[in-house]
Amino acid sequence: MIARYDNRIGRRRTLLHIRGTPVVTVMLGSMSAALVPAIAQTPLLPPLGLMLLIAWRLLRPDMWPLWVGLPLGLFDDLMSGQPVGSAMLLWTIILLGLDFESQRHFWRDYWHGWFTAAAALAFAIGGGWMIVRLAGYGGSAVQILPQIAYSIGLFPLAVRLCAALDRWRLP
Amino acid sequence: MAPPSKRRPGYDRKAQYSLFASYVIAIAGALVALLLLVISIADPTGFNALRSITAEATRPVSASLRAVVVGIGNLDEAIAAYINAGSQNAALRRQVDGNRTKLIEADAIRQENIRLKRLLRLTETDTGVVSAGHLISSTASSSARVARLDIGRSRGVQPGMPVSAPEGLVGRVLRAGPNTADVLLLIDEGNVVPVRRTSDNIPGISSGRGDGTVEIRALNTESNPFKPGDVLVTSGIGGLYRPNIPVAIVARLEGDRAVAIPLANPSRIELIVVQTPFRPAEAVAAGTPGAEPPTNAGEP
Repeated sequence: MIARYDNRIGRRRTLLHIRGTPVVTVMLGSMSAALVPAIAQTPLLPPLGLMLLIAWRLLRPDMWPLWVGLPLGLFDDLMSGQPVGSAMLLWTIILLGLDFESQRHFWRDYWHGWFTAAAALAFAIGGGWMIVRLAGYGGSAVQILPQIAYSIGLFPLAVRLCAALDRWRLP
Repeated sequence: MAPPSKRRPGYDRKAQYSLFASYVIAIAGALVALLLLVISIADPTGFNALRSITAEATRPVSASLRAVVVGIGNLDEAIAAYINAGSQNAALRRQVDGNRTKLIEADAIRQENIRLKRLLRLTETDTGVVSAGHLISSTASSSARVARLDIGRSRGVQPGMPVSAPEGLVGRVLRAGPNTADVLLLIDEGNVVPVRRTSDNIPGISSGRGDGTVEIRALNTESNPFKPGDVLVTSGIGGLYRPNIPVAIVARLEGDRAVAIPLANPSRIELIVVQTPFRPAEAVAAGTPGAEPPTNAGEP
């Protein structure tokens, strides 16, 4: 009985391992666009970095400091090709919004989490489109609707991934 | 379930202050981000150094993955060709016989063309090719249609240079780093290309729609002169793109504009060439965005 569990509890974990895992996963999510070797003709990939950020936020509400959207957003901007400052601004607004929301609605469940994440993803993709549009690039608003739809649809998978990583991360 | 309430520090002064400080940092940071955003919209080539660091870092991975993907992507064509081998062979044989005579005629016409051009002193031998490379990745999660090249300033690539493939026009260089460059694709709304119809030289303007197609507007006619099947090539007006690079083929009409499909599908092309701007001085005068003449480019 002890042999069955002793490799799953009380493991040796450094602080870097515990604190670094969420940061690294979000950064890898941001890098996906620059690494995927497809030349997209429409917005093809969901914003994986943001999805993982929100998934960690829903899983561990007190884990991210409020300002974490600034460095992680800067990294996302540099990787995704959005104008610099776009994800920094949108991610910080989302984190502030989620903070405000969690003070208003104390009790939460699965659907509540998915709904707030859906609103945040739609806000981020729509805001990103608007910013690209202001810079004079991009296309019509219709092209981001499929991206919003499958980002919301894939969000539970991001939460599952974060939950699995959370078990691996903690001692 | 209820979340843990770290956000309610109670009577602990230190916790209250650090909570307050995190709000201040976040809101001040958001304002700084807004400022950065305004700067980067006003100057699209800004933050180039930061961008090229990340681009250089991801280049080896995406370039090697791209080679694998292009190999797999052509696998279906190879299999289909194998299945249809018999009937395709007979059809191709007939086609070759038909083409042979046309080829001889074309050869004669080409030689006559060269002779006539020499008479008119119109020979243009300068193709302006700077370098050749591959598209390795793109802004797949953003709504801007920008692709990344695996060549950069070290091979002579400068912002504003046109990029084309054997199949047709691809776009123009937006930013260039040491070994990478970002290309604003033809299908982006920010990319405006002066075109003409091949059959009768009717001029038009092509701009991207952001969904893999471009829209063509006629310049000087009231009604829509285009019809499906029209082939459009660059006209050379504006001085950025060389004339007669294939651009797109009209698919359907929408009111006073035509929707066309680019001839060079960016997700399938393998090799691209970067060229010098056709007439740099003219391109700057016409105000084509990002068409500053590169310092080392000679007048054509």
